[in-house]
Amino acid sequence: MIIHTIFFYIFSIIAIFSAIMVTVSRNTVHSVFFLILDFITISCLFIMIGAEFIGMIMLIVYVGAVAVLFLFVVMMLNVSKQKNEWLGDEKNSNHIPIGLLISGIIFFELIIVVGGWKYKPELLKTFSSIGIDLDSTNTHEIGKVLYTDYIHLFQLSGMVLLVAMIGAIVLTFRKREGIKRQSYFRQISRERTEGVELADPKNNEGVKIDV
Amino acid sequence: MIEYLNILITEIYKIFLLIIPILTAVAMIVWLDRRVWAFVQKRRGPNVVGPFGLFQSLADALKYIFKEIIIPASSNKIIFVLAPIVTMTLALISWAVIPFSEELVLANINVGILYLFAVSSLGVYGIIMGGWASNSKYPFLGAIRSAAQMVSYEVSIGVIIINVLLCVGSLNLTDIVLAQKNLWFIVPLFPMFIIFFISALAETNRPPFDLPEAEAELVAGYQTEYSGMMYAMFWLGEYANILLMCSMGSILFLGGWLSPIDLYPFTLVPAPLWLIIKILLLFILFSLVKAIVPRYRYDQLMKLGWKIFLPLSLTWVVLTASYLFYFNLLPVN
Repeated sequence: MIIHTIFFYIFSIIAIFSAIMVTVSRNTVHSVFFLILDFITISCLFIMIGAEFIGMIMLIVYVGAVAVLFLFVVMMLNVSKQKNEWLGDEKNSNHIPIGLLISGIIFFELIIVVGGWKYKPELLKTFSSIGIDLDSTNTHEIGKVLYTDYIHLFQLSGMVLLVAMIGAIVLTFRKREGIKRQSYFRQISRERTEGVELADPKNNEGVKIDV
Repeated sequence: MIEYLNILITEIYKIFLLIIPILTAVAMIVWLDRRVWAFVQKRRGPNVVGPFGLFQSLADALKYIFKEIIIPASSNKIIFVLAPIVTMTLALISWAVIPFSEELVLANINVGILYLFAVSSLGVYGIIMGGWASNSKYPFLGAIRSAAQMVSYEVSIGVIIINVLLCVGSLNLTDIVLAQKNLWFIVPLFPMFIIFFISALAETNRPPFDLPEAEAELVAGYQTEYSGMMYAMFWLGEYANILLMCSMGSILFLGGWLSPIDLYPFTLVPAPLWLIIKILLLFILFSLVKAIVPRYRYDQLMKLGWKIFLPLSLTWVVLTASYLFYFNLLPVN
């Protein structure tokens, strides 16, 4: 178990360090890379407590897809310049109290959750109607709960995501006029008679092309 | 403490036993790729160094080692150096879960296929990091292209994996292979195999989808500023990824280490050899495609990924699920 503890502390130190570096580092692209490092170490921590399914899904969804888009946006737009303007200007720093307020609320919530769990460890077990079966893998366990007891919430969250996706597509979709598009159907269904015309040029006269 | 050390040493020994053959295989596979490519074009290919030119890759590697590594002055140096390392590492760590036979696997984890998928989806970072850190136009364009391409084709690969998982009922790679004992999944899921093959081409930036390094437009894409051993690491990582995709294809669809017929002469062949034969077969298909298909245009590539492959594979998921549900074949444990 010593090795387990050592690895736990290594991963947590890396996670906390990279979380701090996300906000501290000057270069915005670097902070996105630190965010990715943070995601990876947190998924390592998930795997260490035996929740390998959540760890892998975290890697696939957050690191494989969300962070790539983050990186995209940060690289394409010149975000670092804007950030320096914000932080350099004394007048425009009124977003700091809002940030402090939000972080205070999150801290308060964390205290409630962790405190409740420390105060009454059996409290969490009463929430789940099914006892945890240690024999089957946690993928099976999640599936059993997710698709039976919580199916409505699961479907609802899927609906919310679908609506958000359609909204994003509608907002960015624009139809431009006068653009030549390739149509495979028209290309393939073109006949020889449409494309080729047999001309019979007379001597010294030539052919008139554009009629 | 001695006990821990013992475990550590045996694990390291196992890892070396896996990594060294893979690196050798990658070198050999580069030679095979060039030979197949040459044979299609009626050339001879590399045939000078060693018997049949077998040592060509070794000679190339030596050349790369002795070349100077140039780091551009305006580049972001840490990320520039990290990028090839990330590519190479990610290409090698995914081999940990590949089962070569029922016992011969380094880590038989419960979520093996998810692990493979996660690691292959991380592969895009090596390319983005290299492209951005070079601080130059061509590499950046190449990196953006490859990020969009790899994210799009990952989606269809994920949906195809769901198809297979519906038939297996487990995320463990050994279980996936054992579920194909009677019938390889290539038979009922043949269209998915085709889509998987094409998506794997796009995911590994192979021709006809090699737009990130399209030499006619982008010099060499994200590799433009790299030289010497750093370039060679990108290159090795790419080929290790291709081998990995081939082995993923053979595990998901071609029955992994299982022999095609469970009869006398076939059972003599050891199980890992079957997997290797299948990987080689898929790889030769990969290099044939490289030789005979022209490069896609970028909008065609995106259209193929999002408008053809994604709807097709999603429809096939619905079909597979309905079929299994209707005939009561769903794997339950």
